[in-house]
Amino acid sequence: MKDILISDPTLRDGNHAVMHQLNPAQIAAYCTAADAAGIPIVEVGHGNGLAASSLQLGQSLVSDHEMLRVAREKLTRSQLGVFIIPGFGTIKRDLAPAIDLGADVVRVGSHCTEADTTARHLAYARERGKHAYGNLMMSHMASPATLLAECRKMQSYGAEGVVLMDSAGALLPGDVRERFEVLVGGLEIPVGFHAHNNLGLAIANSLVAVEAGARILDGTARGFGAGAGNAQLEVLVAVLQKLGYTTGIDLYKMLDLSDVAEKHVIKSIPIVRPTSVVSGLAGVVSTFAKHVDRISLQYGIDPRDLFFELGRRKVVAGQEDIIIAAAMDLAHERRPAA
Amino acid sequence: MNQKLKVAILGSGNIGADLLIKILRSPSLECTLFIGRNPDSSGLARARALGVPVSADGIQAILRNPDCCEVVFDATSAGEHLKHWPLLRALGKRVVDLTPSRVGTMVVPAINAHAFHDADNINMISCGGQASTPLAYAIAQTQPGIEYFEVVSSIASLSAGPATRANIDEYIDTTETAIRHFTGCAATKAILILNPAQPSIHMQTTVSAKVATADLDRLRPVIDRMVASIQHYVPGYQMVVPPVFEHNRIVVMVRVTGRGDFLPTYAGNLDIINCAAIAATEQFARGRRTVAA
Repeated sequence: MKDILISDPTLRDGNHAVMHQLNPAQIAAYCTAADAAGIPIVEVGHGNGLAASSLQLGQSLVSDHEMLRVAREKLTRSQLGVFIIPGFGTIKRDLAPAIDLGADVVRVGSHCTEADTTARHLAYARERGKHAYGNLMMSHMASPATLLAECRKMQSYGAEGVVLMDSAGALLPGDVRERFEVLVGGLEIPVGFHAHNNLGLAIANSLVAVEAGARILDGTARGFGAGAGNAQLEVLVAVLQKLGYTTGIDLYKMLDLSDVAEKHVIKSIPIVRPTSVVSGLAGVVSTFAKHVDRISLQYGIDPRDLFFELGRRKVVAGQEDIIIAAAMDLAHERRPAA
Repeated sequence: MNQKLKVAILGSGNIGADLLIKILRSPSLECTLFIGRNPDSSGLARARALGVPVSADGIQAILRNPDCCEVVFDATSAGEHLKHWPLLRALGKRVVDLTPSRVGTMVVPAINAHAFHDADNINMISCGGQASTPLAYAIAQTQPGIEYFEVVSSIASLSAGPATRANIDEYIDTTETAIRHFTGCAATKAILILNPAQPSIHMQTTVSAKVATADLDRLRPVIDRMVASIQHYVPGYQMVVPPVFEHNRIVVMVRVTGRGDFLPTYAGNLDIINCAAIAATEQFARGRRTVAA
């Protein structure tokens, strides 16, 4: 029997699905139910983490400060998690106040080959006595050997664990197995997986990761998250239980939590839409979906073409501004010659 | 007499190495000392091969031989610059700070190239700051009621050395301060993305301005003149998305292609900050000659 640490970013990744419009009442309702269910870590914030509220990515309805304050009030057993990507959030302006507000767990993210940008933020979280984890985003874009080297850097900066994010939902089960076999064998700290469901593989891939030795899993209620959503947490918890893993989560209360989420938090339950399939195939981060829909409509182009064009340009998380440039180029190509 | 202004470069990383090649081309600047900290570094070896005097003693090299130069380009890191500046000021040196330390007067040659005449420490903000500030300035000049400016720069991973990576927080802080300073708009945000794509992407910067209505007809000629003025010192600066009004925001995007001096042409981020530093210093050198004559 092995313990799996569950981290629940419903109120962070799910914010992508509503263009970062989650309100304090929704955050309060979800946190109350999550606390009752014994969810170990509840992550809260803008979809891209602290200080990511922006024109580039979408502006939050409420400030980071307000989101954390409300969540902190409702979480008594569960730990409060924050996500920060260096390049968006800074230690002084964003991370220090988040910890002052009561964040217990800090996830520091970078693109999967840029781990050295997380050194100061990870070290700072540890100095403040908080739990610090490194997240490598877009992990389909690097080989297992490269990912291991990047994870080792995070380990050396003080990360207590590293989490591979399949930000584009692009990994197939074999890709996941290959990555985790290398990471589990080469690191002294636990490794984890954050799935996206673009190709309908979020639960399956999470289980493959666990079988290969992952000890941390991210999942969200009803899969509420960017694009096609994440691993559906109530399903994940049930399946893990059936396989004999322990999560410390009360299954009935977890199922209740997912109903609370559907009733109070989720605008529309994520499904695998055609653009999600295309974004998974193209290896483009799921968070681009809503921008691509809007901009392709404005420029009169097929969103599927736009996703594949973005895939060709190898855009990474955060480069939403390139969508307009790529759309203009496509629209220009399509225009009949004068 | 056409004597060149003697300058030293402190820091032998990507920025310092690229700066050296550009200064060797300058009609008015002469690099009299190229300083690193590791005697075996490839940066020092390259400088030596170019016939430039080198030292591996860091700031000590200048303290020991203060007459070697009149101007010091500091291409180390924000933290190092805070230590260097009091020492250099005591020697009466003028300093061009290429780190995001925010110690000196912020300079964007297309806006305030003359600042070096009045300040003995000029700060070149950041690569993204050099690319974005003039565009934000042009927008602020022509559009009343800008509520908020946001600038996003993407640079190739390979162009970001260890100091750049360790200074991302300072990059953000300094770039936001510069946008506030030059536009007068209180709400600003700077974002930096490192992109590892192969082949490497060129530096790209997007400026967004949140505003209820936009007068693009008024903006376009002003921004075109600004771009032309930047192209005088950064030839690879190019507008790829001219101002558009979308979703209650004005968006303009530029790409910076480098000259390929030290790193390949994708590293426009090295070019723009170094070309700006040289443009400001050459202007100072010219002014100084005029006064002397």
